Order: sequence, then C-alpha cells, then structure tokens
Amino acid sequence: MKFDIYDFSVLTKSIHESLNSMMGETAVMISEMVIVGIIFLTLFAVLGLILVYVERKICAFFQQRLGPMRVGFWGTAQTLADLIKLLLKEPLITKNADKFLFNLAPFVLIIASFMAMAAIPFAKGLHAFDIDIGVFYITAISSIGVVGVLLAGWASNNKYSLIGAMRSGAQIISYELSVGLSLLTIIVLTGSLQFSEIIESQREGWWIFRGHIPALIAFIIFLIASTAETNRGPFDLAEAESELTAGFHTEYSGMKFAFFFLAEFINMFIVAAIGATVFLGGWMPLHFGALESFNAIMDFIPPIFWFFGKTAFIIFLMMWFKWTFPRLRIDQLLTLEWKYLLPINLINILVMAFFVLMGWYF
Amino acid sequence: MSTEVVNEIKEQEYFINMGPQHPSTHGVLRLLLSLDGEIIKNVEPHLGYIHRSIEKMCEKDTYKMIVHLTDRMDYLSCHMNNEAVCLAVEKGIELEVSDRVKVIRTIMSELTRLSSHQLWWGVMGMDLGAITSFLYGFRDREMIIDIFEETCGARLTMNYNVPGGVMFDIPNNFQKRVKEFIIYFKKKLPEYDDLLSNNVIFKARTEGVGILSKEDAISYGVTGPSGRASGFSCDIRKQHPYSAYDRVDFKEILYSEGDCFARYKARIDEMWESMFIIEQLIDNIPEGSARETTRAVIKLPKGEFYQKVETARGEFGVYIISDGKKSPYRLKFRSPGFSTLNALNTMAKGSKIADLVAIMSTIDLVIPDIDR
Repeated sequence: MKFDIYDFSVLTKSIHESLNSMMGETAVMISEMVIVGIIFLTLFAVLGLILVYVERKICAFFQQRLGPMRVGFWGTAQTLADLIKLLLKEPLITKNADKFLFNLAPFVLIIASFMAMAAIPFAKGLHAFDIDIGVFYITAISSIGVVGVLLAGWASNNKYSLIGAMRSGAQIISYELSVGLSLLTIIVLTGSLQFSEIIESQREGWWIFRGHIPALIAFIIFLIASTAETNRGPFDLAEAESELTAGFHTEYSGMKFAFFFLAEFINMFIVAAIGATVFLGGWMPLHFGALESFNAIMDFIPPIFWFFGKTAFIIFLMMWFKWTFPRLRIDQLLTLEWKYLLPINLINILVMAFFVLMGWYF
Repeated sequence: MSTEVVNEIKEQEYFINMGPQHPSTHGVLRLLLSLDGEIIKNVEPHLGYIHRSIEKMCEKDTYKMIVHLTDRMDYLSCHMNNEAVCLAVEKGIELEVSDRVKVIRTIMSELTRLSSHQLWWGVMGMDLGAITSFLYGFRDREMIIDIFEETCGARLTMNYNVPGGVMFDIPNNFQKRVKEFIIYFKKKLPEYDDLLSNNVIFKARTEGVGILSKEDAISYGVTGPSGRASGFSCDIRKQHPYSAYDRVDFKEILYSEGDCFARYKARIDEMWESMFIIEQLIDNIPEGSARETTRAVIKLPKGEFYQKVETARGEFGVYIISDGKKSPYRLKFRSPGFSTLNALNTMAKGSKIADLVAIMSTIDLVIPDIDR
C-alpha cells in the first residue's frame, strides 16, 4: 500500500486494486462499504469525544476556570469516563410513553447526522460519497434530524418535551431556508453542487475572499443559520434548560441521552465542515496570488490539516457564540429568520448572480 | 376534525407545573402555568414546600436566638435581616449602640447587598441562557464572602449582629481588604455591562417585558429595586434612615419603565451606589465599643415594636408584640419577596414562557424568604 498524505487517492486506489485482485466485484463492493462504515463509526465516536472535551475546555476558559482536570492529563480522559458512566446508566422510559417511538427517536437523529457525514470531503481523495448533488444531499439529509427531535418530544409524554420539540420544529424548518440560500449564493459562483468541484473551483482562492461582499454576507448568514439549525446557543430554545428543564430530551437517560448529545456535536461538526468546504476552500491551502514562497509553504501543510483546521475555526466561532450570548425568545428567533435573514439572503443571491453575470469576481 | 372537537380542545387548559424542582424557580417554588401554546394565560404560585414555621418558632425563643433564625429566611441578605431584629430589640430595651457599631453594620449591610446583587446578576444571565455570567458573578462575590469569613467566621449565614452591637470587632485588615475589593470591583462592574447590559439579545429579551406599573407596584407592595424600577420611591435607607445611613450621601435609584430591563439596571446602579456608600464610611469608622453589654436573657417591655430595613430585595420588617416575657407573644416578618411574588401574575400574563423566566429572575426571588 502506498501512502501519500497530500493525495489520499493513491492510498484508496491501491486498497481498491489489492481487494480486486483478491475477490469478486460484489465482494469488493461489500468489503469496501464495511471498511468505510467502520472508519466513519470510529470517526464519529472519536469526534464526539474530542468535541465534548474541547467544548468543556473552551467553555471553562471563557468562564475563567480550568474545566475537567482530574481524569487523565488535563482531564483528557474525562469524556471517556463520562461515556462509560452513560453506558452503565439505566435506560428509563416514562410511564405511558410511546415506547417504540421513544426508542426510535435518538436513532433517527443519529442516523441523519451519520448519513450527512458521508458526503463531506476530508482531504484530496478522502471522500466517501462524492455525489454530484452533494450540497443538496446534505441539506436534505440534515433536515431529517428534526423528525427525531419531534418524535422524542412527542413520545416522551412530557409537556416540557413537547414544547421543546415544537420549538425545535419551527426553528429548524425556518433556518433550513437560510442555510440553503446562503450555500446557493456560492453555488451561483461555482456552477456545481458537487463538493469536489466546489473545492476545485477554489484553487485560485477561497470564495469568501473572491466573492466580494455578497460572499461575506452569505458566510455570516450561514454561521447564524447553521448555529440555529444545530440547536446550539444562543438558539438552543429546544432544550433551554432554564425554561424547559432539558426540552425534548428531558426524559432520556443513559446511552439514548448520549446519542442526542453526540448528534448535537456531530451536527456541529457537519455544518462547520460544510461551511469550511463551501466558503473557506475545504482542504485547499491558503494562497495569495503573487507570493510564490508563501504559497509553497502553505502547500507543504497537508490538506487534511487544512480541512480540520478550518472546521475547527468555525466550531470555535460557534462555541464562542454559545458561551457569550443570552438565548433568544421563540418569536424573536422566527422574526430574525423571516424578517431579516431571509430577505437579506434573497437580495444577496440576486446581487451575487448579477456579479457573476458581469464577471465581477476575482 | 369537526369544529366541535376543535372548540372542545381549545377550551381545555394546557397546564404546566413549573417547579418545585425546576432550574429557574431558584428553590422550591411551584408555579402552575396555564398556557395557550407558548403564551401564558395565568400564573399561580404555590407555596409551602420549605415552610419551617419560623414565626412560630420565634414565639418559643429568646430574642438573642431569634436573630439566628432570620439568617435562614433571605440567606442572601442575612446581615440586614439580623440587623432588623437587633434594631427592633434595641428599640424595645432603649439601648443606644455606639457609632462604631452603626458604621460597621452599615458597611456590612452594603457588602451583603453587593454580594446578593452579584449572585443575582450571575443567575439572571444564566436564566436567559448566558451561562458565562454565572461564573463571573460568583468570581467577584467570592471576594466579599472571604471578607465575611475573616470578619465573623461564616460565609453565608453570618449572624454577625447581636442585640447591642456586633458579635466581634472587625479584624485589623478589614478596611484594607474592603478597599482592595472596591478598587477591584470598580474595574469589574463595567464588564457586567459589556457582557449583558449592552448585548442586543439581552436587551430584546428584557426591554418592554413584564411591565409593572407604578400603581400596581404600590398596591402590591413591591419594594426594593423591583419597586423602584417602576418609579415607586421606597428606599427605607432614605426615608427612615437607620444605623449610619443618615450620615452618608447616596442616590435613590429610580426608573419609570417598570420592565425587566429597568429592574436589571436598578440593581446594577445600586451596586455602584453601595460601593459609593462603603467608600464614604470605610475610612471613618469611629472608635468605640463594638458591643454593648446586655442581659443574658433580654426581656422586652410590654408593647409593640416595629423596625424595617432595606434588604437587597426590598423592605424587610420585623413586628414584635411583647407581653414582657423573655420571648415575644407574636412575631411577624414582612418579607419583600412575598409581596413581589404576588405581582408575578400581573407582570407575566400574556407573555411567553421565556419571558416568565426573565421576570422571575429580575424580581430576584429567594424562596426561603417567601415561604418561612
């Protein structure tokens, strides 16, 4: 097996060839799917653990404290210990709850985020599912998650959960529009919905720099709307603990609660990854036109670090929001979307289309 | 669905039990909300979950023991509660405490007010979803609590006041530490404004929410910063000065809006005023005895005695009816929280669930104070 950190297609191709030489076509397909599935499962768990730890540390530093420090070096094993605790907890089900839907809900949520993850390009050649309508696919899949939230709220037989779920439903459906439209603003530039082509089109420079002000506006709207779509503060109305105790997942315990928790963090990773891919050039290194030596240094950093670095930057921004702002009220939340973000977005797309038509971008 | 069924469903009330175990009722208050979607139609507070019959217990205890019980009511302004009982008892036995005691009591009262408001500010942010403010509030409160610990050994329920003075004289570096704190907190208080007061979302959540008119504030007896935010001039420190309040210069904070933001601003401004009061007194603590000797068991003459003080939440009154024995015949506390809670329905009706949380935190309820 050959390995090149700058181009993973070498590695994947060699795996594919060696598998082909060993077995038949169907067997190769199945075993490749299994390999990809295992890799994604591992990535899922590892990302969850890391993000929970990072969130706790960042939150702690914002609040002038240290955060977890006891388990492992600087508390690094704390989330692992919490995971074991959650695994050992008794899964409680409320009386008169709809048991089937109650048990189904966390899986709907987690499967939705699992499927969305498949379309994310991690590095050059490291892309599980390069579908030609990638952006559309991800926006479609990520909206399935709201079904899980609604089911959880409905099936719990708890009034707080129901209110939380209804809030979440209204919120996610509204903000989906803004996420979609802000991504569309960039699609106008690229002319393709395929993630690999969107990245390839940013070889000369990232769209956030090349797309003038409309791209910047789209990026800001994307940040706001995607924070809302992942139900994170200041838009965490669905689980607003000071109002609804824990919103839609009030009645969940043990591993099922952990699924909701994990899905929240993975969703955050997914929207950050989409933002990084569409606006910040995915795994493309930072290039400035004429600075040859600077560009060479940037090229030396492997694409996978570029991807995770950009994603981490957006995740940090989202955590920054959460630990700084108070929560919005439900009517203010919907006002923000329907009266401000959506009209701005629509005009923004028109302006962008005009820019593209006139060729006014770098 | 037929219209009949729809109408029937509409007629049914959607009840929610907010509390007794709920993160934003700050204790064991139970609110019975009837909702129309997210809109609150009615709020009905239910009390009795931590009733300890303190007033009845007072009828068995001597006056020196009663002071200790008052700590357990409004634990965040324990010093002022103690002071009210002590002043009432001192009034009864016609004992004039030294100037030193008066000044120490005033400084400690204002420090207690500051610490109470710091905690309130932190919790207020947390109720609105900005958890970071909670830690900021506690960080600054810690300094005051340390001063308390050095002064009287306790951090929360201090029992520093006794009839006739204060339990012990202040420690040697009391003045130094208080001055250090004032310098520190003058720098930190603008941070509070940066984090919450000037935040767009925070303003949107509090401005015009939970309006309490001046008339309602007066008729419900809403006092303290909550009442003053509605324009009800009710500062006991100004109107019926006790201890050393007659010798300091300070402003009574008055707002006319009566909404959550006005109540918020009133408390923030009160923190500035408290620091101003402490600054005036801290260098001028007169010499004298810190505690007048009283009899081991104080007996009040036959009669009625009333003393009110301004706690962090408003007017706290102690009404003693004595029949000349070692314990009172009847003792009644006028707690500010109880009156304020009565106005909750007026403020919250027609607003959203999220607004109720904002209103609850701006009227700054301490449940043991309401439910004695």
